Amino acid sequence: MKLKNKGFMSIIGLLTFTLAALLALTSSHSLAAGFIQVKGSDTEVNVVQRMAEIYMQKTKGAAIAVTGGGSGVGIAAIINRTTDLANSSRAMKPQELQQARTNGVDPIAIVFAMDGLSVIVNPANTVKGLTLDQIGQIYRGEVKNWSQVGGPNLPVTLYGRQPNSGTFVFFRESVVRGDYANTMNQMNGNAQIVEAVKRDKGGIGYVGIGYVVDDKGKVTPGIKVLNVAKDKNSKAMSPADARNIESGAYPIVRPLYQYFDKASRGKVAGFVGFELGPEGQKIISKEGFFPVTAGYRRYNARYGF
Amino acid sequence: MASKANKSLLPPFNRSGVRGDFKPKRSGWKRTKERLIASFFFFNGIISIIILLGIFSLLFSEGLPAFREIQVSDFLQSIWNPTSYVKPTYGMGAMIVSTLMVTFGALLIAVPIGLACAAYLAEIAPPRVREILKPIIEILAGIPSVVVGFLGIVVVNPLIAWVFGIPNGLNGLNGSILLAIMSLPTIISLSEDAIVAVPKTYKEASLALGASRWQTLVRVTIPAALSGIIASIMLGMGRAIGETMTVLMATGNAQAMPHSFLDAVRTMTATIAIELGEVPFGSAHYHALFVIGFVLFVMTFLVNLVSDIILQKYQEVEQ
Repeated sequence: MKLKNKGFMSIIGLLTFTLAALLALTSSHSLAAGFIQVKGSDTEVNVVQRMAEIYMQKTKGAAIAVTGGGSGVGIAAIINRTTDLANSSRAMKPQELQQARTNGVDPIAIVFAMDGLSVIVNPANTVKGLTLDQIGQIYRGEVKNWSQVGGPNLPVTLYGRQPNSGTFVFFRESVVRGDYANTMNQMNGNAQIVEAVKRDKGGIGYVGIGYVVDDKGKVTPGIKVLNVAKDKNSKAMSPADARNIESGAYPIVRPLYQYFDKASRGKVAGFVGFELGPEGQKIISKEGFFPVTAGYRRYNARYGF
Repeated sequence: MASKANKSLLPPFNRSGVRGDFKPKRSGWKRTKERLIASFFFFNGIISIIILLGIFSLLFSEGLPAFREIQVSDFLQSIWNPTSYVKPTYGMGAMIVSTLMVTFGALLIAVPIGLACAAYLAEIAPPRVREILKPIIEILAGIPSVVVGFLGIVVVNPLIAWVFGIPNGLNGLNGSILLAIMSLPTIISLSEDAIVAVPKTYKEASLALGASRWQTLVRVTIPAALSGIIASIMLGMGRAIGETMTVLMATGNAQAMPHSFLDAVRTMTATIAIELGEVPFGSAHYHALFVIGFVLFVMTFLVNLVSDIILQKYQEVEQ
């Protein structure tokens, strides 16, 4: 205790210095010309990072920093002008657009890749496919045992993301269509869900396809990707096959967005153009995601991309 | 702590000239200089109080607007789900229970181990062993919480699942074990100080009356050091209650009310950490998060206050 008393003054001094230094650093950081800050979705962070690396190799003077945190974090950052590009695996909500406009930001969305959101289970589980309805029942907590959907007599353990995740929101809006069961484990990211389902025989999780399938369509060992059917009458399809995504046969496909302020279009246009060009789209396929479908290519064309 | 520092620093400067070793013949500049130095240290001393009051008023003023839209009775419900698909709920019951559960679980593990370790270091260990062990234990306090959380995921998690035969080990027990590890250094270090501080005469009297070393330790030394030991436990508890990263990573974060240590829990700190990054600024949800922060602040403040009072008593007894 005595030692702490003596050290107290120096600690406060040190803290003051650190704070001042930090303030000085952050204020000059985001204003630098040519430097692009990308923030947001954990689903997108790896693939965008990869594209940024290659883009920086090819373009002299380009500097891009990509960080994650979740789609919500990216969208909050574009509203508060602390990022140039926001990665988001969900569309901005109307009230978020409203907030951005009151801050003087005019957010433009482009779609740079497609994601087949995959539902994963442990290989010990005999269930091969489920309908959207059944997945909804499982995540709402109405189905508590795998035997209720034709599987083994095992209690279901739910794994999902945290509310700051775009995947959490997208999956709830388009599949669960209700609140997640309170007992769902809220994991920190895609990788944690994969790890948990690997260990848990009764586990079920949802992750971006890029986290469980490599570029040759091979599934990560220790994981089973479920086939999903739109309804009882249609066939359950696999998200690992690019054709099912392009044709829309796999029902849980979502666009991966990037948002930027209309005023900073000039700054980010080079990188965004690279992402949507043949090279960028090739990297996207290599990372396990899918190229932009025709419909969304027309969507991007509205802004000249 | 700051006020104590002042007491010891201020008098020699203020009463300059009274002390024998300061000669009264001094120039005006020297006196001004001393006064300046004194006020500089005084400012340093009270800065922590200013910061504390600042945090308190910030939490209070940011939390207050929440009550415009949310009733007090809503906060008393159990389930917290402000981003609900159906209807937002702001119950703090489950997370308060979760926080208390992992905290007391941690103490249940850390207190016996910490006390035994402290008694060993103070009474039994040869000086060489003590000299090596004590710094090592203090290094344990410096391990970043994110590293401890990582251990929770890759080591403690499968271990708990295997021992109890449950699907996964991300639960209250996991959090308790990790927080116990994190609060051990505080408990050991301060308890050992307290035991060492027990006057030698107590022990000598006990031994002279024919008590064994064990009887002396358990019936004389530890009771004499009890207030110091309790203070160390309270400080360890303060550390555990406010820990965020570790529990966020290792406890599963389910919103449901936990029924046992093998259920996933979502603590108050984890809730704030998860949600503050994405919450729309100025919304009811935003202000509600500050209400959680305020409640947590009051809880840790009470724990620290009680430990400080106990520690004060203990020092008075010693004097």
